[in-house]
Amino acid sequence: MDSSSHEGIRKAPTGIPGLDEITAGGLPAGRPTLICGSAGCGKTLMAMEFLVRGASDLGEPGVFVTFEELPEELTDNVRSLGFDLQDLESRGLLLLEHIHVERSEIEETGDYDLEGLFIRLGFAIDSIGARRIVLDTLEALFGGLANEAILRAELRRLFRWLKDRGMTAVITGERGESTLTRQGLEEYISDCVIVLDHRVIDQLATRRLRVVKYRGTLHGTNEYPFLIDERGIEVLPITSMGLSHEASSERISGGVGGLDEMLGGKGYYRGSSVLVSGRAGTGKSSLAAHFVDAACRRGERSIYFAFEESQSQVVRNMRSIGLDLQPWLDQGLLRFHAARPTLRGLERHLVSMYKQVRDLQPRVVVIDPVTNFLSVGSPDEVKAMLMRLIDYLKSHQITALFNSLTHSLDLETTDVAVSSLMDTWLLLREVELDGGRKRLITVVKSRGMAHSHQVRELLLTNRGVELVDVRSEVGAESRTEGRR
Amino acid sequence: MTRHKEDEMEPLPSGAKLWDLRLYVAGQTPKSVAALANLKKLCEEHLAGRYRVEVIDLVENPQLARTDQILAIPTLVRRLPEPMRKIIGDLSNQERVLVGLDVRPRG
Repeated sequence: MDSSSHEGIRKAPTGIPGLDEITAGGLPAGRPTLICGSAGCGKTLMAMEFLVRGASDLGEPGVFVTFEELPEELTDNVRSLGFDLQDLESRGLLLLEHIHVERSEIEETGDYDLEGLFIRLGFAIDSIGARRIVLDTLEALFGGLANEAILRAELRRLFRWLKDRGMTAVITGERGESTLTRQGLEEYISDCVIVLDHRVIDQLATRRLRVVKYRGTLHGTNEYPFLIDERGIEVLPITSMGLSHEASSERISGGVGGLDEMLGGKGYYRGSSVLVSGRAGTGKSSLAAHFVDAACRRGERSIYFAFEESQSQVVRNMRSIGLDLQPWLDQGLLRFHAARPTLRGLERHLVSMYKQVRDLQPRVVVIDPVTNFLSVGSPDEVKAMLMRLIDYLKSHQITALFNSLTHSLDLETTDVAVSSLMDTWLLLREVELDGGRKRLITVVKSRGMAHSHQVRELLLTNRGVELVDVRSEVGAESRTEGRR
Repeated sequence: MTRHKEDEMEPLPSGAKLWDLRLYVAGQTPKSVAALANLKKLCEEHLAGRYRVEVIDLVENPQLARTDQILAIPTLVRRLPEPMRKIIGDLSNQERVLVGLDVRPRG
């Protein structure tokens, strides 16, 4: 992202991971920003996080003006994001102001203005020395007051007034039929407009954010997915091009000497994504276990997302090829996250994986196998999900290994959809040769390095995986069937 | 924290209806001056001897804008008889004010 944006625009950081990157530093300071979207899109939560982060981390007290929800409801709703509004209120950093508008109680006769609203806002702002304010949502006024001409003139005055007072303001608005907001609030707010969206297509529920306007700032124009969890909101990059995370030239071992050798002699690139595909029993999980084992040996944290086997099964199976993962688990360097894809939608899986990654901050992750997601989503949906996951991991310089379980004889068809997302693709096969079965490994591709085009034999020994040159006769050395 | 129309009051004996009215203003603006003049005239003509008007200037008491949920200026609040009613504007249309205050039946 270009941070050398126009001079003179001060930014008020939102403190929301990802959003400050997209907006090159935050919302325009001392000016109003419109956050709009349909019901349930997360605009209230985003506005609240902007205030909470400002109050607790950035020394900018804030007033939250709620026109619809009661302060008690709001306090309860955001507790799940880890926000303790009562604490902030008691410390004088936050003020919840409930403005109740009920047309049935109000008769109108003759000329009026909204000076009472201004007085209330002014009083609230002054009482805690607020620098930030949220109005959620002003459109309630249209439901409460009949004279639209007066109301619109007063809104115009309100936004000018907020600017004059130097308030960094967030105004929320409900999405209209053909306009950004039902009451056309975008007419009044020309500095920054952010649109939120919450789409559910089939089972895939996705939250997205788009900066449609930001005066004086080069901003990302893509739709960025975002998450809401118990740590608040995080906006995720949609493409690796969207945010400038640099491709690392650092290389890391895959944990198998012979494999590193095939990969230009040095192993994977840090932050790259690796696809390992093959049928059952070809050694995918063993390669994955070596991969996390090597990371733990370097002292790096790793997460093994197991969608087929439980933690104890994987640990037991790996022990049978002389690979003991238990010490890494005990030391907290390795974490297993086992789940059945059928239990949740793709989005939920993605979110839960993001959460694990945010929580442990690993340097490597394994997803084993990624193909199990095909039971809960179409290939296109799975690909879209993987793209988002990979972008997220790349932006955090996390190296990821994805196992793909192929069922058909045509090994590569199911991988075609996802292989384009991958930097390195390893193909494992089992062939009958000289009356015995052999596991073979090839590097189908590996971006940015001179990799081997050789086919090598993969041996599961009691000292782990070993790669050897293919020989015509079957080796007689001791061999353990690792997985079954 | 917020309070609207739930103030408990002793029911008044029938026939002895008291009209307890509050006019919220913000300084001496033309609208506020007009509203007060219109209100006084209306009360004298229709509620003589059984009304009370209190004028509250929110510039002096800004916290009352919150407790009484006032947005528009001027706002006339009928505190009694219950239920509470709000009429906003300069009260220039006397007929509507009378209906709004239920001095004159609706319809």
